[in-house]
Amino acid sequence: MDEQSQRAQVFTITSGKGGVGKTTTTANIGVALARRGRTVAVIDADIGLRNLDVVMGLENRVVYNLMHVVRGVVDAERALIRDKRVPGLLMLAADQHSDKDDVSQEEMVQVCEDLRTHVDYILVDSPAGIEQGFRNALAPADRVILVTTPEVSAVRDADRIVGLVEAAGKPAPVLILNRIKPDLVARGDMMTTADVLDILRVDILGVVPEDAGIVAATNRGEPVALDASSRAGRAFHNIAARIEGETVPLMALDEAEAKGFLRSLSNLFRAGPDGG
Amino acid sequence: MGFLDRLMGRVGPASDASGRVAKERLKVVLEYDRARLTPAQLELIRDEIIAVISRHVDIANADVEVKLEQGGRLVAEIPLGRAGGGGGVTGGGGR
Repeated sequence: MDEQSQRAQVFTITSGKGGVGKTTTTANIGVALARRGRTVAVIDADIGLRNLDVVMGLENRVVYNLMHVVRGVVDAERALIRDKRVPGLLMLAADQHSDKDDVSQEEMVQVCEDLRTHVDYILVDSPAGIEQGFRNALAPADRVILVTTPEVSAVRDADRIVGLVEAAGKPAPVLILNRIKPDLVARGDMMTTADVLDILRVDILGVVPEDAGIVAATNRGEPVALDASSRAGRAFHNIAARIEGETVPLMALDEAEAKGFLRSLSNLFRAGPDGG
Repeated sequence: MGFLDRLMGRVGPASDASGRVAKERLKVVLEYDRARLTPAQLELIRDEIIAVISRHVDIANADVEVKLEQGGRLVAEIPLGRAGGGGGVTGGGGR
């Protein structure tokens, strides 16, 4: 890897609630950023419950993990596994047999420090919850990406994370709203992106539609962003573009569709006396 | 979003759709979460307010409401009992 003068930004991907798609999101943002020609290190900080390796299909190639780096067995840079499908994409696995308390916040910060001059981006996949593992993942973060689904329980937990991130003195998280089902939104049986943003009062980084392709892709260990033609894949490429400062409109999959529908209705009301 | 909200309200069926219900429930839950209050604590606060105020004036206990409003405002509504209500506990506090 080339020595770079610029230091990588650390993004921690977190959610509070488990099962909302944190790891899949981390893997896919990693793929999408690497496809843009960046060097990206994705780090699984879910010690004891390692998952990022299987989601990325790299489980058979793990030699060293985060714990080896923390204990000084190997340099962080050497512990990274290169994803052969996507040049520039590197992964550091978690240790399946250690405990979250075996790593400290200072050690996580140090691991990221060691990698900052070698890559463009570091993505830290946080464990669910708000305990030690989450705090370890949060410690090195320059930015926090909050993943939630449009469900009451997930949004409630996300709100807790917003508070904890603020309390840790980090910039306010940006939101990825995952697994939106446009048909449910259209008939009013799912909260819209606007609803969730109104409640959490954070900025939006992206919306990702529910996509059966993600299940199939994860089964195969092939992040959906490898296929930029899929709807979810495109969503992740849009997110990567926004991370790089581009202005990309949100995918038209909830309000836009619902609004389009309502707007046609609203024309009926426009003629009304209050002309709203 | 006000326009859309209004429209949703007018259109009808959407106003009680589950997505809207989810949002309203979340708003209430998060007010408690953010204030670090539980409904049980609020109930206790209500009882203590009744105890303090009823030492001085006759109030309609059953109609006393203590609630957490949006934006983290704790609001107590304390209807006074009917004058000469003779210490009636469930005095007709209007409404």
